[in-house]
Amino acid sequence: MKTSFILGAVTVAGLTAGAAFAGTLDDVKARGKLNCGVSTGVPGFAEPDANGVWQGFDVAVCRAVAAAVLNDSDAIEFVPTTGKTRFTALASGEIDMLARNTTWTFSRDVDLKFEFVGVNYYDGQGFMAKADLGVSSATELDGATVCIQTGTTTELNLADFFRSNNMSYEAVPVETGSEAVTNYLAGACDVFTTDRSALAARRANFEVPTDHVVLPEIVSKEPLGPLVRHGDNNWGDVVRWTLNALITAEELGVTSANLEEMSKGTNNPEMNRLLGSEGNLGEMLGLDAEWAKRAIAVSGNYGEIFENNIGAATIIGLARGVNAKWTDGGLIYSPPFR
Amino acid sequence: MSEDNSFVRKEMISERIPPAAERGLVKWVRENLFSSAFNTIMTFISLWVIYSIIVSVTPWFLNGVWDAKTVRECYDLLDGKSGACFAVLKERFPQLIYGFKYPSSEYWRPNLATVLLLIALAPILFRRLPRQLLIFSAVYPFLAFWLIWGGSILTSVSAFLGCALAIICYRRFSSGSFAIAVLVSLIAANVWWIIGGYIVDLNKSLLALEVVPSRDMGGFMLNLLLGTIAVCLSIPLGIALALGRQSGMPIIKWICVVFIEFIRGVPLITLLFVANVILAFFFPPDTSLDLILRVLIMMTFFNAAYIAEVVRGGLAALSKGQYEAADSIGLDYTQSMRFIILPQALKISIPGIVNVSVGMLKDTTLVSIISMFDLVGMIRGPILSSTDWNGVYWELFGAAAAIFFVVCFSVSKYSQWLERQLETDKR
Repeated sequence: MKTSFILGAVTVAGLTAGAAFAGTLDDVKARGKLNCGVSTGVPGFAEPDANGVWQGFDVAVCRAVAAAVLNDSDAIEFVPTTGKTRFTALASGEIDMLARNTTWTFSRDVDLKFEFVGVNYYDGQGFMAKADLGVSSATELDGATVCIQTGTTTELNLADFFRSNNMSYEAVPVETGSEAVTNYLAGACDVFTTDRSALAARRANFEVPTDHVVLPEIVSKEPLGPLVRHGDNNWGDVVRWTLNALITAEELGVTSANLEEMSKGTNNPEMNRLLGSEGNLGEMLGLDAEWAKRAIAVSGNYGEIFENNIGAATIIGLARGVNAKWTDGGLIYSPPFR
Repeated sequence: MSEDNSFVRKEMISERIPPAAERGLVKWVRENLFSSAFNTIMTFISLWVIYSIIVSVTPWFLNGVWDAKTVRECYDLLDGKSGACFAVLKERFPQLIYGFKYPSSEYWRPNLATVLLLIALAPILFRRLPRQLLIFSAVYPFLAFWLIWGGSILTSVSAFLGCALAIICYRRFSSGSFAIAVLVSLIAANVWWIIGGYIVDLNKSLLALEVVPSRDMGGFMLNLLLGTIAVCLSIPLGIALALGRQSGMPIIKWICVVFIEFIRGVPLITLLFVANVILAFFFPPDTSLDLILRVLIMMTFFNAAYIAEVVRGGLAALSKGQYEAADSIGLDYTQSMRFIILPQALKISIPGIVNVSVGMLKDTTLVSIISMFDLVGMIRGPILSSTDWNGVYWELFGAAAAIFFVVCFSVSKYSQWLERQLETDKR
C-alpha cells in the first residue's frame, strides 16, 4: 500500500509539474518573479557586486525579460548554476530561462529538448599561453599540458582540434574558470583554453597582462545565448523577442537617452511598432504595448549593454568584432518587428 | 687509643647545580635536537626550511594592502613588491560571512542567533552549569529559526507547542507500551500543527521579522547552519539506528542495516547531487521544499549513518555482563538502555562522534559544487569571478582555512576536555 501511495504521489507531482510547464508566462506573472538561471560567476557576464547585486552582460538579458513581463527589472530570483547543474535546473522547472553563456549546439537543442531563443554573444574558443613560451600559433602546441573546464563544449573542441592537427596534449581538468587560472598561473599547465571573451576577462586581472598572449586561432564556433524549455513556444517567443527588441533598438538608434522622446511617436513606423505607439505587437505576445520600451529602459539597447559590461572602455576590453551589428559587418541581426 | 682518622660527615653537602650540559635549555637542545649525527642534520635542515618560509612569507604579510578597490589597485600599490592583497577580505567580509544576498540591515539576526547558540549549548556541554538553563536550550531551535529565517514568531511558537505537546503525551502514556506512547504523541503533535497552521495564517505580522528565504543564506553562516543542524539531528538519529541494528526484531534490524550500509556506501557528493538535481524532478516547480532543506536532510542521513556505526562500536565494547545485569534487576528495554547501557557506550563513543562531526562541519563546504554559496562557494564563485577580484587566491583561501581551523580546533579541544572529565579510560 505504501509503495502505491508513493507512486501515486509521484504521478500527481508529475502531472502538476506538466500542467505548470504549460504556461510559463502565466506562472511568472502569477508568481511576480522571474526565476533566471545564471552562472556562479564569469567576469563581465554575470557577477554579484560588493552589494550583492547581480551585474553583467547575461544578467542584463534576465533583467530585460523581467522588465518586459513584470514591469520590474529587480523582480528576479537569480539562480546560480554550474556547468553541470544548469540543464537539470531548466528541465526540472526550477528556472524559467537560462542566461548563462551557454553554447547553442545541436544536441542541447534537440536531444536535451531546449530551445535557444537567439544569440547574444558570438564567441569562439581560443588559447592563452605565457609569452616566454615563445608560441605564436596554436598549431605549435604539440605535447602541451592544457587546463580545461570539465562538462563544457570547450573540452570536446579541444580534443577535436588536437586530433585533426595530429597533435597530442595532456589535459588538466578543473571545475571552474578561476581554478583554471590558478593552475595556469602556478605553472600546472602551459596553456589555458576557454572562450576568448573569458580569456580576455581573466587576462585583464593578471599581475602583468602583457606576459601572456592570446593565440590567434579560433578553434570553434561558440554562439552563446539564452534558452528555455521545449514545448512552451509562447514563453520562448517572449524571451526571443525581448532579446530581438534590444538588438533592433540598436539598429534603429534607440538608446536609453532618447527612449522617452522616441516612444512618443516618430516618423519611423518600425520604431513605433517596437515602442508600442503603433500596432499591437505586445498584445500578440500576451504582454502590453510598452513591453519593449520597458526592456530597453533597464540598461539601454544591445550596444549599450555590451559597452557597459564588457566593451572596450571596461577593464575586460572586448572589441565588438563579430558582435557588431550587421550593418557594421558583424553578425548581430534581428528579424524585423512587423 | 690511636686517633680515629676516619671521616664521618656530620652534615649534608648542599645541593649543587647540575653541570651546564645537563640542565635547562642546553640539555633540552642536546637531547632533542642534537642527540645523534642524523638528528643534527635533520635539525639543521628543519631550521633552514623554517627560516626560508618565514623569510618569504613575512614580507608578504607585512606589505599587505588593506585599502584598495580592485586587485589592479593592489598591484599598483605594491609596485612589484611581494605582498598580500588583504583588501579583498575587508571589502567582501560580509559576503564571506553572510553570503551576498542576506540583507545587510539584518546581520544582527544571525549574529544574535550565534551568541544564543553558545548560551544554549553551554548547559549541554558543561555539567556544572545550573540545569534550569536546559529550558533555554529546548526553546533555542525555534528561536533561532525565527531569528534567521524571519517571519511571524507565531510559526515558531506553534512548532514549539506541538513538540511540547508530543513530549507531554509521551510522558502521560509511557507507563504503558512504548510504541503506543510514541504513536499518541505523534498524532497529538500533528493535530496541533494542523490547527496551528490556521492560527499562524490569521496573524502574520505578530513580531514579524523580514523574511529571508533559504536561497539567500550564504557564506560561513551557511556552513555553520548546515553543520550545526546536521550534527544535532544526526546524533539522536544515529543512536536510534545503532540500537535498531542490534534489535532482535528482524524488520527494524534490516531497515537499519540497509539504511546504514546504503548511506555509507555512497559518497556524500553523490547524495548532494541527488538532493540538488534528482529530487527537483519529483516535486512540482513551486514546492516549498527548498534546496537548503534537501541538502540538510541528505547531510543528516549521511552523518547519522556514520554516528550509528561509532555508537555500535561503543555498544559492542561493553561486556555482555552489563546487559545481563540490567536484565537481572528487572529493568525493561528502555530503562536498561537509558540507565545502564547507553551512558557507558556513549562515553566510549565520544572521540568517534566528535571526529565524525568535525568532519561533517568541514564537508559542508562540498555544497559549493552544487552552486550553493557557502564560504568556499562564495570564494570560488562570485568573488574570484568578479572583475574586481579575480586573481586573489591565497588571501581568500587562507582566510577560509583560518576560520575553519578556529572552529574545528575548539571543538576537538572541547572533546578532549570532556573525555578527561568523564575519564573514559578508567572505566
